[in-house]
Amino acid sequence: MERKTKIHAEDGRQEITITREFELPLDLLFRAYTDAAIVEQWMGNKVLQLDNKALGAYRFETTDPKGNVVLRSRGTIHSFEPNHRITRTFEMENTPFEAQLEFLEFAALTESTSLLTMHVIYRSVAQRDQMLQLPFAQGINMAHNRLEQIVLTVQSTNHE
Amino acid sequence: MELRRDVFQAIADPTRRAILTLLAFQAMTPTAIAENFGSTRQTISKHIQILSACELLQPQQNGREIHYTLNAKNMKAIADFIEPFRVLWEERFNKLEDVMKQYIPKK
Repeated sequence: MERKTKIHAEDGRQEITITREFELPLDLLFRAYTDAAIVEQWMGNKVLQLDNKALGAYRFETTDPKGNVVLRSRGTIHSFEPNHRITRTFEMENTPFEAQLEFLEFAALTESTSLLTMHVIYRSVAQRDQMLQLPFAQGINMAHNRLEQIVLTVQSTNHE
Repeated sequence: MELRRDVFQAIADPTRRAILTLLAFQAMTPTAIAENFGSTRQTISKHIQILSACELLQPQQNGREIHYTLNAKNMKAIADFIEPFRVLWEERFNKLEDVMKQYIPKK
């Protein structure tokens, strides 16, 4: 299967470009970024604030199944051009990562397909590389947690 | 490198990731590895075969027993790589597409 989402990340640079083609008309793709209830559905978080305008701001909150807050993120919207472009910052609160600058560009390919280009600029090459490796590190952590659970289960079974 | 795609298929599986985590601490025989999981010895052997084929594991013959260790060099290559980051966005965007395909505009 062809990979729809592409990441362009050159060695030694503090930026990346993420591109994705959607089987959606441009206005629906853009709406997915601007309607708070829809953002919540696909991002899987709570939208505390989302002012879609130049000099607006947004705040998201991610909770675990018990309702504990695991991550808060926020940013300011620098420019907002419907069905064309959003320029904003993004920052995860209480993490070592500093704010990043995001240029989101929305374009129609056909009447029923569209393209999103996300150009992200980080404070440093090191921060970019850390951010890129975060999901891999989390995958290993998840595997490790699962392993701990398995070991605990095995131990308790042995004690029975 | 043609190998890479297979490598990421290999680590996409949670059991195989757990095996790699186990082997990060010590060299182990297939039997010892299997003891950590609820699956059969055969299932674990299959996982070990896949990981070995991707050169993430190295076998060491000790008399009659084979111990497996991590191939540190190839593990490092994965850690530097960004496939899990891409997959994270791919899943997020797939969700977006699914949500919007069901979207009915408000009048």
